[in-house]
Amino acid sequence: MQNDRLIIAGREFTSRLFVGTGKYKDFAETKKAIEASGADVVTVAVRRVNITDRSKENLLDYLDPKKYTILPNTAGCYNVEDAVRYARLARAAGVSDLIKLEVLGDERTLFPDTVGLLEAARILVKEGFIVLPYTNDDPIVAQKLVDIGCPAVMPLAAPIGSGLGIRNPYNLKIIMEMIKVPIIVDAGVGTASDAALAMELGADAVLMNTAIAGAQDPIAMAEAMKYAVQAGRLAYKAGRIPRKSYATASSPIEGML
Amino acid sequence: MMADAIQIQVNGEQRGCQAGATVGDLLRELAIKTERVAVELNLEILDRKDFDHRSLKQGDRVEVMSFIGGGAPANVHGRGRGVVHAE
Repeated sequence: MQNDRLIIAGREFTSRLFVGTGKYKDFAETKKAIEASGADVVTVAVRRVNITDRSKENLLDYLDPKKYTILPNTAGCYNVEDAVRYARLARAAGVSDLIKLEVLGDERTLFPDTVGLLEAARILVKEGFIVLPYTNDDPIVAQKLVDIGCPAVMPLAAPIGSGLGIRNPYNLKIIMEMIKVPIIVDAGVGTASDAALAMELGADAVLMNTAIAGAQDPIAMAEAMKYAVQAGRLAYKAGRIPRKSYATASSPIEGML
Repeated sequence: MMADAIQIQVNGEQRGCQAGATVGDLLRELAIKTERVAVELNLEILDRKDFDHRSLKQGDRVEVMSFIGGGAPANVHGRGRGVVHAE
């Protein structure tokens, strides 16, 4: 596992678990959960600074950008114009050229608007962004995103925050076989077995937020997810046995009475 | 109101400001550190090194943005949690 590094756009990551920083009780809990998860990459959103109440703390006081790769997202953007604007603001706020691109199509499902996503990705790649797109479990769209120049693709497992787990393992498997850049399964994971399954299918990484932040004990769940991702990755690399309908004895017949 | 005061909008709220003040002056007045924030002046994103050279005029719209906890957009629409305070 030591040499099994994930590389995206020349950046090397030890952990294959990416975590969001939303929905935690406070920054102290966020920090503890992220430490327990072992993640290198943490996602953040871009929002207005509260100018009337200056007493509160800043998330980045708790997450050292030297220790973590901060991945800003365009969460909450429902059109190309907004997503591009938020991406530019994220870059101007000064972390890096990395952007997790979300162009949402609908408030109820938070499914990506893949037409808008392709258009926004095209604009941002041209402007030198490292675009990691949140997309549907659609292999054709995934390929188009790669063709545009995205160095990784992030298909969903299920709707954001739904905890439904992997709803379409067959599509994800096709994406993993077809697409030659790292695949990060993003959104919909509910518990550790979902994360392990994503990795067993061949995902290069898994990104989650609610599954950890919404658990009764987020710090324990963060640790569970760390092991699930590691176990799933090891199992994938080890190569599972084929499924068969009938038994195959494990103990030899030879030497029986 | 002082004769040399102007009205601007900062993060959607009206506020008064000295005529001739720069974006840098405004951020200092608001006690906002310039690292980790992005500033948009009338929809133009400013380079951090220009904060002290761009002066504000009547009716300007300023947006000061920073990072908050996020990952899943659901929390973004929620109220309460998630308003960040760039220090």
